Order: sequence, then C-alpha cells, then structure tokens
Amino acid sequence: MKFENYMTIEFPSKSSNEAFARAAVAGFAAQMDPTLEELGDIRTAVSEAVTNCIVHAYPDCIGTITLRCKILKNKTLDITIKDKGVGIEDVDLARRPMYTTGGTDRSGMGFTIMESFMTSIVVKSSKGNGTVVRMRRKLQGCK
Amino acid sequence: MQLTSFLQDGKLTVALTGEIDHHCAKAYIQAIEGKIEAYTPHTCVLDFSEVTFMDSSGIAVVINALRSITRIGGRLILSALNEQPKKVFKSSGMDKIVDIQEEIYEV
Repeated sequence: MKFENYMTIEFPSKSSNEAFARAAVAGFAAQMDPTLEELGDIRTAVSEAVTNCIVHAYPDCIGTITLRCKILKNKTLDITIKDKGVGIEDVDLARRPMYTTGGTDRSGMGFTIMESFMTSIVVKSSKGNGTVVRMRRKLQGCK
Repeated sequence: MQLTSFLQDGKLTVALTGEIDHHCAKAYIQAIEGKIEAYTPHTCVLDFSEVTFMDSSGIAVVINALRSITRIGGRLILSALNEQPKKVFKSSGMDKIVDIQEEIYEV
C-alpha cells in the first residue's frame, strides 16, 4: 500500500515525552480530517505504546524510541513505534488484559486498549532485541 | 499534576485536572491515597470534569483509590467523565466495578 504522507520522530524514553508523542501524532493526523473520537482513540493508543517503551523496554536506562506515522490511501493511518530495549519474552502473555510486570501504578490494560481503539495491531519482539508495535486505524469515510 | 480536594460531611471530593498518563499517575495515586488515609471519608468522589485525556494510567489511579477506600469500608464514585476518559474506562470494564455518575456528585 503506497503512502500519501509520512513523518518520523525520535526521542529519548523520558516520561515527559508521552504527551509530546501523542500530540505530535494528533497534529500529523489532523490533515486526515478525523473526528474528535478518532483523534482521541489514536492519541490513547500512541500514549499506551510509548509508555510501554518507557516503563518496560528501558526499565533502568534512557533509550531511543522511534515513532513513524504514514497516511495510507483509503484514509488509513499507520503508526509504528519501535524501541531497542529489553524486548518481550512472551508477546501473547504481555497482551493479556490485566497482565503487567510493572508496579501498582500500572493497570496491565495497555495492549487491551490499543487493540480496542485501533483497527489492527501487530507486535514483534524477542528478548534482547527490542520491540516493534505497528498499529493501523481506518478513519470514517474509508471505503 | 494538579489536584484540588475538599471534605464535607465525611465525603471527600478530589478534582483531577488535565491529562493523566504514566508521567503523573504515581503522584495522583500517592496524593489520593494520602487524603483517604488522612480524612477516612465514607465516600470518595473523583471529579473528572476537568480531565481532558487519560490512558490506562488513569485506570491504575482509580484502582488504587478503590483499594484505599475499600480498606476503610468506604465507597468510590467517579463523576462527570468526558467522552475520552469514559471510553477508556468502558473498554477496560472498569465501569462494571466502579460507580460512574454523569454529573458532579451531590449529597
């Protein structure tokens, strides 16, 4: 599928960048004329994925997070969030609702929310090799 | 994190503000837990009317508040949720375990 526009940003895994990441994606997606609900869904999913990188991929250090967005034909937004952190040993287990290796300040609902707010999500990871989360959202008016 | 609270007739109302994500969740959790422990209210109302965005970190804030208030036999109410936070709560099933009220809770 060919893209109509794209952007790539890179930032350190600092929690202050969570708000920046979702605002950047929302700003980029604005040209697709999304509804407020669609924009809220996209911001939420991006916030979850970036938070996972900060909390789980780089638990003891600051690493790099790469965020790439593409606007595909047919009003579809493709978002890839990549880290080079510790990786996920068991992706299926990590995607289960309420499962978390974080503390009491984590709910374990991140992947569940990404799944329910986006049209599709693919997670590729292995221990020691980082994680790539690729999500797509088809917007209203998509054929 | 911006938070205001007031206690009236044993009911503690905590108004949260702005965007709730992992960056500020821990501070909210500790502040709410501290207020519940200090005032031991029969009801704790979390007023979400000024919350413009939250991700699953907001769920953790509510779960921890629920844990604190349940420990002292009290009740937790979420009030005046905007559409985006409401959708996050519903998609996680939280609306089934916490009382959600449309308007700001009145005694």
